[in-house]
Amino acid sequence: MTPPAILHRALAAPESMRGLSADDWNALIRVGRAERLLGTVAARAAPLWEALPEGALTCLAEERDLTRGDHLAAGWEINRAALALKNVGCPVILMKGSAYLHTGLAAAEGRRIGDLDILVPRAALPAVEAALLAHGWIQAKENAYDDHYYRTWMHELPPMVHKERGGVIDVHHTILPLTARLKPDAGALIESRVAVADGLFVLGPAEMLLHSAAHVAYDGEFEGGTRNLWDIHCLASDFARIEGFWDGLAAAAEQHQLRTPLSRALRLARRLYGTDVPETLAGRMDIVDRLALRKLHGRDRFGHQGAKLSDRLLYIRGHWLRMPPLMLAQHLARKALRRKAQAQPV
Amino acid sequence: MIADHWPSRTLRIGPASFHLRSPFRRVIDEVNALYRDYPAATNDGIYDYAVNAVPSSPLRRWIKPNLRLECDFEPFDTLPLPVELGMLGLEMGMNLQMAVGYRRHVVVHAASSAEGGKAALLIGDSGAGKSTLSALLAYREGWRHLGDEFALLDLHAPLLHPFPRPISLKNASISTMEARAPTDRFGPVLEGTVKGTIRHLLPPAAAIDAMQTPAEIALVVAPHFRENAAPAWRPMTRTETYVRLAASSTNQALMGEAGFEAVWRCLAHAPAFDIIYGSSDDALELFETLWRKVTA
Repeated sequence: MTPPAILHRALAAPESMRGLSADDWNALIRVGRAERLLGTVAARAAPLWEALPEGALTCLAEERDLTRGDHLAAGWEINRAALALKNVGCPVILMKGSAYLHTGLAAAEGRRIGDLDILVPRAALPAVEAALLAHGWIQAKENAYDDHYYRTWMHELPPMVHKERGGVIDVHHTILPLTARLKPDAGALIESRVAVADGLFVLGPAEMLLHSAAHVAYDGEFEGGTRNLWDIHCLASDFARIEGFWDGLAAAAEQHQLRTPLSRALRLARRLYGTDVPETLAGRMDIVDRLALRKLHGRDRFGHQGAKLSDRLLYIRGHWLRMPPLMLAQHLARKALRRKAQAQPV
Repeated sequence: MIADHWPSRTLRIGPASFHLRSPFRRVIDEVNALYRDYPAATNDGIYDYAVNAVPSSPLRRWIKPNLRLECDFEPFDTLPLPVELGMLGLEMGMNLQMAVGYRRHVVVHAASSAEGGKAALLIGDSGAGKSTLSALLAYREGWRHLGDEFALLDLHAPLLHPFPRPISLKNASISTMEARAPTDRFGPVLEGTVKGTIRHLLPPAAAIDAMQTPAEIALVVAPHFRENAAPAWRPMTRTETYVRLAASSTNQALMGEAGFEAVWRCLAHAPAFDIIYGSSDDALELFETLWRKVTA
């Protein structure tokens, strides 16, 4: 069993934690921290708390408290953003961690929540940006290239940070970069919205899962894939109880050109966590799945991901999907030069 | 030698435990020598943080060897360290885990020292003299050393928990202490670090033996070393002390209400003073005066 497999099993079958050796725990703690999933492990371990060894409990309790703080802060950021955007006159749709938290979904349990992600209609971007600036948020990126990168090619504004609280907000107008080959229907995503508390919205169930799937399989190189797939597992398990959910999901996937990423995400979630998925939607494993699984199992017992050829291939693939070749070459060259310039003495 | 069999050392310091590891044998040998008095295992074999000093690239294991840190809580992109400073790298790695990852107590960048169950907290910027003063208290006055880098504030009571890692002496304070502490308590002289020359001083064995026992906070002192200054002190308000403590804490703000409450509880319990001194004798004398004042 690979060290990451101990984590996958702890999440999907928490009872397995009863039988872990000290070495297993040490690996689980390392890999869980690296994947930002140790808080979720702590939440899953709650029913068997008394049976776990002291050394493990110390680390899990610390992570549980950390997550509680995260959720408190995330709740406050949601509250402040709702207030700032109350009069902009467009729907404000929470996404990812904040959406799961504000809706009370199982995916939020023990989940670390960092940036506040929201989706608004593209036409409303100037008004939303102005309102946030007026309420204490400032531009987090001072670099002109980064600003240009976001505004011209990305699916979101450059991140903004609140000048007093330090909370970061990402304002999206669609769910994939503008340069990507697939073009989800942003208007239909916004139409799918469901009202939640404080005058805010979240995406409809199918669209919420599709967004998460796009993150897993398309936007990037399966970085954080273990956590994104846990989100997929929780969302799919929750929403499967809705009458006709899978048919609606398949239709929405076609509409947003996300059928391939959706199937891949569902297949991988099934492999890692045993998610119950209709066979017709899952489809067949392919070479990208295999590369992804190698990466998802690639951490050692210290939580470190070796730089393997398969990971490089995924990195290139992730960028390949995001932007055309020439733009990609220029972008990677720029990033490489910047990394070199940023190394610091200890 | 495959990665699973690299030399390693588990280490307990106060309430935290670390697993240190490196393919460079001399780095772990140096750790074992310096940390010889510290427990090398945890009760159940589970440790809190892994800190690895690994070659900065596979080639660098053999040719012009140098290393970088891989930890549970990662440093930013940093330049590689020469192997001779590998132990210092592991120390920095452990500090980073405490600063960034540890949440069981409020972590304050401060020294602390105890006498008879009561403790003083020494706060101040790098170079203010915290390490030296706490080393003097330990080796000249016979106090129980609690720590020179991080003080740990209890979340429920006005207590300081020991984190007595080796005292990190810098530059001039090295010779000050070499005159006062036994030779076999010193680590190797480390030259050419970003802080100049560093030499570790192992706390007295009794301080390490008692590292699970907290002490009640009774005094907060902010020492300021100024060349040739006449000794002087003034009381600090709670607000001023709070701002200083909060600014020198790595996790107080992140811990929200629990963090605030812990810091405020300690301030409410222990009076705080700012002291200025020009020599270690003046510093100790000022300190003794204030200590008698608050513990009388």
